[in-house]
Amino acid sequence: MGNGKTILRAIDLAVGYKEKEVLSGLNLVLNEGELTCLLGPNGSGKSTLIRSITGIQKPLSGKVLIQERSLSEITPKEMAKTLSLVLTDRVTPGNLTVFALVSLGRFPYTSWMGSLNGKDKELIQWALEVTGTLHFADRHVGELSDGEKQKVMIARALVQDTDIIILDEPTAHLDSPNRIEIFHLLKELTQKTNKTILISTHEIDMAIENCDSMWLVMPGKHIETGIPEELVLNGSLESAFGSEELTFDYLKGRFGKSDEHTNLSLEIAGDPILTKWTRQALERSQVSNNEEIKIEITGGRDAPLWHISGTDKTFNSLSQLINYLKQNDEN
Amino acid sequence: MVILIVAVILLILLDLGLGSVRIPITEVAKILTGSAVENEAWQAIVLKIRLPRTITAVLAGAALSVGGLQMQTLFRNPLAGPSVLGITAGASLGVAAVMLAAGSATTAFTIRSLGLGGSWLIVIAASIGAALVLLAILAISYRIRDNVVMLIVGIMVANITIAIVSIWQYFSNPEQIQEYILWTFGSLGGVTTSQLQVLGLIVGFGVIMTFALSKTLNVLLLGEDYAQSMGLNIRKSRIAIIGVTSILAGAITGFCGPIGFVGIAVPHLTRSLLNTSDHKVLIPSCVLVGAILMLVCDIISQVPGSNTVLPVNAITAMIGSPIVIWIIVKRRNLKSSF
Repeated sequence: MGNGKTILRAIDLAVGYKEKEVLSGLNLVLNEGELTCLLGPNGSGKSTLIRSITGIQKPLSGKVLIQERSLSEITPKEMAKTLSLVLTDRVTPGNLTVFALVSLGRFPYTSWMGSLNGKDKELIQWALEVTGTLHFADRHVGELSDGEKQKVMIARALVQDTDIIILDEPTAHLDSPNRIEIFHLLKELTQKTNKTILISTHEIDMAIENCDSMWLVMPGKHIETGIPEELVLNGSLESAFGSEELTFDYLKGRFGKSDEHTNLSLEIAGDPILTKWTRQALERSQVSNNEEIKIEITGGRDAPLWHISGTDKTFNSLSQLINYLKQNDEN
Repeated sequence: MVILIVAVILLILLDLGLGSVRIPITEVAKILTGSAVENEAWQAIVLKIRLPRTITAVLAGAALSVGGLQMQTLFRNPLAGPSVLGITAGASLGVAAVMLAAGSATTAFTIRSLGLGGSWLIVIAASIGAALVLLAILAISYRIRDNVVMLIVGIMVANITIAIVSIWQYFSNPEQIQEYILWTFGSLGGVTTSQLQVLGLIVGFGVIMTFALSKTLNVLLLGEDYAQSMGLNIRKSRIAIIGVTSILAGAITGFCGPIGFVGIAVPHLTRSLLNTSDHKVLIPSCVLVGAILMLVCDIISQVPGSNTVLPVNAITAMIGSPIVIWIIVKRRNLKSSF
């Protein structure tokens, strides 16, 4: 957690294009050493906002202050030393080694020839270490997986040695384990290095779980801010993503179909993990018997047995249990 | 790198030795080092005819390759080359204007008496044509953010220029068209010693400027958005890169005619040989590989042992295209190879 010092502030900001305002009335802060998630559905204007607070695109009105200086006063050179970016686009320079790519991050600091001094090399070494990319530093970028590439791009941003790092959908084309790894890496970086990190994402659960504070894009072009749990409890998250068909399950902490609630009355006893997954399977398959179903699970996780109480029926797999209940329902 | 330098030197000697008259390489070396030679005719052939042509080949190969490398990096497109922005087409337009529009017999006679290939008139016309297209491109480039759009604009400007030349050809008489077509075949032999000094200076300046841009080119490998986020001024860099490439391509086209394929093939060949994308290595290597390829093409176009000289533009395409095909097949994913 950071010290609560504000490093980036947006005041009455409106962003978008001449013909179309995308987001407006924005009052946002980034606090030093915090991981902030910009969360919103696809196409809600997350990238436009990022482009506007990083100076790539001019805001329609309002202003952005970075370290109490207006964005328009900061030269591109100074900006490159204050704020670094990691973008969604896949990078293609396959013929560069990981080391060479990461060292490009020193661009704002090196002389016209781009040669690296001792301090540059130390920083590169450190960035490769903390992102876990050191062991393939000599490999060519083209040989890496998408997850590895994204870590290399984060290492490059670290080497740029900026107080703020902004990542636009860094996990967009990664698989789940890689997503989790990237989020944890970023969280760790804020804690270890006191860097301020902003990630835009549409992954609700990753955002709730990992970020210190949240910028939530709401319907009606504005943004709610707060710590994730606050935004869950005051219903903002549900109104941002929910719809008639989709509601937020406040107990499970995730979105689900509105008509998911069945009349199914389940009573399951046994190992807590087996109980959880059995309940999920039965709820999904809608074995809606109006009667109450009581199930006892015995035998432990290695060889579980499902027994329907009050009958002589015992099953050694979940699918058999579900098949039986479904047939029973039809009869 | 050392191998490349040795190869360039060997090929220069070979290029000087081979031709309609065959001169042993040892004799060529003697002539070049200024030691006494028995055969004065050989000395004249080597120093007065073959040396300027060989140097032109080295300069043309180097300039076009470095220009192509810059375009491929700037546009992040494997098919970009120095001619992609219409610079070559502009030069052609200038030459066409002189050769085709010079309808009156007197002007045509003046051109012919000045000597077609090495005529300063042609060189100046080509330079003006290239410069006009360049100015148009730079004016447009200042208003465009996206390099992909820039690439398409360049190709379209080239097409318009070529179309103007076609219309011009349509209304010209056959002899004029023939002269123009001869020019489009390309020639390394038409450059005189005094012109060579000018060409050498221009190419030298262009290559040094490109090397000075190597840090910019390296960061552009990540794409414009990343480059900008690291503090690179995209517009200024683009103007510098396009400007330098135009000078290199414009000068060679002016003096030698449009020479294709070297600019596209050599950067790929170099990247593939050295397995790197670092421009600090690629630029000098492209100079050497470009020189090697151009010397080989020149030797082939002389058809050693005969009096025939084939158009060099046809030879570069015949050698360049298979190289491009080979590289594409070898590296299945061309996009990730640079």
